[in-house]
Amino acid sequence: MTDNSNTVQAERARSRIAMAWDSDVAHSFRRSPVALLSSTVVLLLVLSAIFAPLIAPHDPFNPATLNLMNGFTPPGEANMFTGDSFLLGTDDQGRDVFSTILYGLRISLFVGFAAVALALVIGVTLGLIAGYVGGLTETIIMRVADVQLTFPAILVAMLIFGIAKGITPPEYRDQMAIWVLILAIGLSDWVQFARVVRGATLVERSKEYVQAARLIGRSSFAIMLRHILPNVLSPVLVIATISLALAIIAEATLSFLGVGAPPTEPSLGTLIRIGQGFLFSGEWWILFFPALTLLALALSVNLLGDWLRDALNPRLR
Amino acid sequence: MVSYILKRILQSVLVLLIVGLVAFAMFRFVGDPVDTMLGQERTMQDIERLRESLGLNKPFFVQYWDFLVRAVQGDLGISYRQGRPVAEIIAERLPATLELAAVSGLFAMVFGIVFGIFTAIRRDGFAANAIMTLSLIGVSLPTFLIGVLLIYVFAVELSWLPSFGRGDVVQVGGWSTGFLTQSGLVALILPSITLGLYQMTLIMRLVRSEMLEVMRADYIRFARARGLKNRTIHFRHALKNTLVPVITVTGLQLGSIIAFAIITETVFQWPGVGLLFINAIQFVDIPVMAAYLMLISVMFVGINLIVDLLYVAIDPRLRT
Repeated sequence: MTDNSNTVQAERARSRIAMAWDSDVAHSFRRSPVALLSSTVVLLLVLSAIFAPLIAPHDPFNPATLNLMNGFTPPGEANMFTGDSFLLGTDDQGRDVFSTILYGLRISLFVGFAAVALALVIGVTLGLIAGYVGGLTETIIMRVADVQLTFPAILVAMLIFGIAKGITPPEYRDQMAIWVLILAIGLSDWVQFARVVRGATLVERSKEYVQAARLIGRSSFAIMLRHILPNVLSPVLVIATISLALAIIAEATLSFLGVGAPPTEPSLGTLIRIGQGFLFSGEWWILFFPALTLLALALSVNLLGDWLRDALNPRLR
Repeated sequence: MVSYILKRILQSVLVLLIVGLVAFAMFRFVGDPVDTMLGQERTMQDIERLRESLGLNKPFFVQYWDFLVRAVQGDLGISYRQGRPVAEIIAERLPATLELAAVSGLFAMVFGIVFGIFTAIRRDGFAANAIMTLSLIGVSLPTFLIGVLLIYVFAVELSWLPSFGRGDVVQVGGWSTGFLTQSGLVALILPSITLGLYQMTLIMRLVRSEMLEVMRADYIRFARARGLKNRTIHFRHALKNTLVPVITVTGLQLGSIIAFAIITETVFQWPGVGLLFINAIQFVDIPVMAAYLMLISVMFVGINLIVDLLYVAIDPRLRT
C-alpha cells in the first residue's frame, strides 16, 4: 500500500516536472540565448557568493593572514617584495581583491535579496488588503503609496537610513548597518508591489471562483491568501526580479556614498568607494574588478527580469 | 475645472504637511535635542529650563504647529555639526545644486530630443542602432559608476577636465555662480553629463517612440501626398505633436535630477545641498536632514503641481 502511494507520488512529481519542462515559460527560456546567458551569470555569481569561504584564496578579514608588504600588487604580477602573486591584485592593505569581491558579493546579494523580500511581503500584503477590502483602507494605503512615489526610491532609502542610524546607539551603528540598509531599501520599494497586486486583485475579486469561495463561507483572510494570491503572483515575480536589480544598485550606491555597508563589512559598493581613492595614483584594479562584478550582476538580473516579463505576458510581444 | 485645481492644491498642501510631520518627528524623537545641546555638566534645573525655553513641554501638535510656522519663516534650526543656522548653510549651497541641475536638464533635453528625432527618422540605420544600444548600456550603469568612469577617462588619463569642485565662482548678490568664469564652466561639464545622462536616454526614447507613432498618423501621410519636403514633415508637422508629453516628462524629471544630484555631487565633491545631505546622514545631523527633506519636498510637490496644471491648460479634454 505504502509502496503504491509512493510510486503514485513519484509519478505525480515526475509529471509535474515534465509539465514545467513543457510549459510556455520554460520553452521560451530554452529558446532565449539572453535568458540562458544571464541566468548562468547570476547562478555563477550567487554560487560563488555562497561558497566564498571555500573559493576565496585568502581570508581578507583576518589580519593575521595579511601582509602589508603585499599592498598594491598589480593583478597577475608578482609582488616586488614578497614575490606573492594575486589573480586580481591587492588593495592598499595587501588584501586579495578577488577574495574581497567574493565576500563583497555575498553582502551585496544578501542585502538585495533580503530587501526585495521585505518589500515584497509588505507590498503584496498591503496590495491584497487594499484591493480586496476597498473603501477607506484602500484609500489610505494607496494615498501613502502615491505620496511615497512622488519621491525617488533612492532618496527615501537614504532618509530611512539616516533616521534609523540616528535611532541606533552609536556603539551599535556599524553592526546594525547591514540591517538598517535592508530596512531602508525594502521600505523604499514596496509601492510597486502594492500597486500591481491591488490592480490584479481588483480584477480577480469579481471573478466567479472568488464569489464561490465567499458563498461557501470562507473567511476574507483565506480567500485573499489561498485563492487570490496564487492568481496574482506572476506579475509579482517580474517586479521582484527587476526590483532585485534595482535593490543591488541602490545598495551599491548607498555604500559608495558612505551611507551603507561599513568598511568592516564591505559590499561591492564599499569596495568601489575604497577603490575610487586609488584611481588617481594609477591602481585601477582596486576599483575596476568590483565595478565589473557589480555591472555583470545588475545587468544579468535586469535582462532576466525583462525576459521574464515578456515570457509571462505573451500579449506584449 | 476650478474644483480640480483646488483639489490638486489641497492635495499638495496635505503632502507637504505630512512631510513636515515626518521632519518634525525626526527633530523631536531622533536623539534628544536637550541632550545634544547641553554639555556633560548639566543639572536637572538646566534641563528643565532648556525644555521650557525650547517649548518641549507643550502638547505635540502645538509644537508641530510652532515648528511649521518657524519653517515657513525660514528658521530651520541649527546644525548640530556646524553650529550655524541650517537656513544659512542651505542658502549658501543651493546655487551650486540649482546650476548643476539646470545645466544637466538642458543637456538632457537638447541631446535627448536631437537623438530621439535622429533615431526615429533613421530607424534602421547603423548610427541609430548604435545610439539605441549605447543608451541601453547607459541606463543599466549606476550613476556613480558613470561619474567615476568619466573622471578616470577625462580627468585622470586625458587630464582635460577637472575631477572635483566647482572651479572659481563669482558672487552675484547672494548667489555664487560658476557660469561667469572659465574654470567654473569647465568644471560643470563632467558632473552635468553624469547627472543628465539617464534623463537624456529617457527623453530620447520617449521622443523616438512618439515620433514613430506620429509618423503613422493620417495627417503625415497627407503631408507626404501633398509632396512636402521630408524636412518640413519631420520638423514642422511631426515634432510639434511629440513635444507635449516630452515637456511634461522633462518637468517631472526635474525633481529626480535634483534628488540624483546627491550622487553626482558626492562623486565630484560638488559643494551643493546634496553633498550637504550625505554628510548630514554620515554625521547624524538631524536638523540638516530634516531641512533638506522639506526643501526637496517643496520642490517636488511644486513641480508636480505645476506640471498637472499645465496639463489642464494644454489639453482641453481635461477641462470638464
